[in-house]
Amino acid sequence: MLKKAVIASIVFVASIAAFGCGKSATSVTLAGSTAFQPFAERLAEQYMESHNGVNITVQGGGSAVGIQSANSGAAQIGMADMVQLPDEAKGLTPVIVARDGVAIVVNPKNPITNLTTEQVRDIFNGKITNWKQLGGNDAPITVVSREAGSGTRSSFEKIIGSIQLKKDALIQDSNGTIRETVSNDPNAVSYLSHGMINEKVKPLTLDGIQSSVENIVNGTYKLSRPIFLLVKGNIQGEIKNFIDYVLSPEGQKTIKDNGLLPAKS
Amino acid sequence: MKLVGEKGVRRILMTVAFSAISALLLITLFIINEGLPFIFRYGLKDFLLSSDWNPAAGKFGIFPMITASLWVTFGAMITGAPLGVAVAIFLSEYAPRPMMKVVKPTIELLAAIPSVVYGFIGVMVLAPFIRSYFGGPGLSLLAGSIILGIMILPTVISISIDSIMAVPRSYREGSLALGATTWQTIHMITIKASKSGIIASIILGLGRAVGETMAVIMVAGNSVNIPHSALDSVRTLTANIALEMSYATGMHRQALFATGVVLFVGIIILNSIASVALRKRTSKR
Repeated sequence: MLKKAVIASIVFVASIAAFGCGKSATSVTLAGSTAFQPFAERLAEQYMESHNGVNITVQGGGSAVGIQSANSGAAQIGMADMVQLPDEAKGLTPVIVARDGVAIVVNPKNPITNLTTEQVRDIFNGKITNWKQLGGNDAPITVVSREAGSGTRSSFEKIIGSIQLKKDALIQDSNGTIRETVSNDPNAVSYLSHGMINEKVKPLTLDGIQSSVENIVNGTYKLSRPIFLLVKGNIQGEIKNFIDYVLSPEGQKTIKDNGLLPAKS
Repeated sequence: MKLVGEKGVRRILMTVAFSAISALLLITLFIINEGLPFIFRYGLKDFLLSSDWNPAAGKFGIFPMITASLWVTFGAMITGAPLGVAVAIFLSEYAPRPMMKVVKPTIELLAAIPSVVYGFIGVMVLAPFIRSYFGGPGLSLLAGSIILGIMILPTVISISIDSIMAVPRSYREGSLALGATTWQTIHMITIKASKSGIIASIILGLGRAVGETMAVIMVAGNSVNIPHSALDSVRTLTANIALEMSYATGMHRQALFATGVVLFVGIIILNSIASVALRKRTSKR
């Protein structure tokens, strides 16, 4: 009985080892932006279907992690969604693979429909604290923001300009929890990746311009950011093949069908 | 068929036991190794007492997080401890034995619910309730305290019951024989005799409250802010580490490990107080 168990466990361990070694296929790892992660996973799946022997792994972590791991070699491709790449990304070759808008969102119960850039800045800086000051209900504004490593936050703050986020703003650590918080709080305001908007939140027009696909692509809606794939050194081999696939009409169609905007209109 | 002898078993078990302890040792060394140099470089006073947390600008003051952790823990004690002790007294002194045999394991099941579920309930039910009846953003110190108060219940209740049950039957019989009522016996004899165990149960519960992360991230709002009222949003030490670790580099990363050191020291202090209290109980008997 015991002997059998020992043999079984040896076989089990050996088979795991064999399986691990047998993976001689080329493998590519992507890491970074959580906004692009689901798209990258889908693209990787499609790519692996048509390319046998290639293994593509996708990890999240946020844009800052994407830049870090591309630099350190932990991932061959880093993903980042920000308006401007930070200095740490200087040694990396960036390729824009998609664009994404950032929408200012409020609860659907909120009567406000438009904010100017100035007003958005004042709200997030804590200068405007009541919806009444903007022509809405007499209710305090709940400002909700992302954590400091978020690409969505850095893009938002960069484009709106000179934001010193007020101290008592709520912080949520993903697009999903932002949407949940805003949909639960009638006085909340926040910003959200364009692809994440649904009927639970109401996107506002910014300076009178709607955050529609059309306006983001032609550049009229200014709160938008590119999504970068970052590679250290020359782009070649399997990494190049994969990036080429992402940029191919098929890859771009996947991106477009799932809510992001293609790199080129 | 004898694969391992008596001695072999002993050796194997010893190895396993020591690997558990060495894991603890390694974790301790790792956190201290990563965090302490930063504390020395940045200055303990600036680190603990400055309220300016702005990693991008090289400012690492965790005072708001320390206050938040203390307040949330205190709040958890206010909500959880009286409730827990009351349940423990009821179940051990008033409830019929069969009822306790059913209720106690059920309460202990509370400990098996993942903290993210508590957080979810907090976000969906508690936060909107607080927002509409008390005002503020809802995700707040109060919400965190209540959720943690519920989360520490299993710890408080089961250790309290154990220590109340450990009071010798003769104590109660003596008291009742002298003409004391049940309640008089409970609060003058039983509670007094099991006091250290009850205190230990609360302190162990607080240890859990201080260390809880996921539920707190979800319900407390996470703003780096010294709270002025229970309705303000706060960020605890644990939430600070969990929120920022994924993208922190360099000094920022070390500062988060240093935050871990502070937390670690706090929890060690709490647990030592609890074990001293528990030891007092056993030595008295």
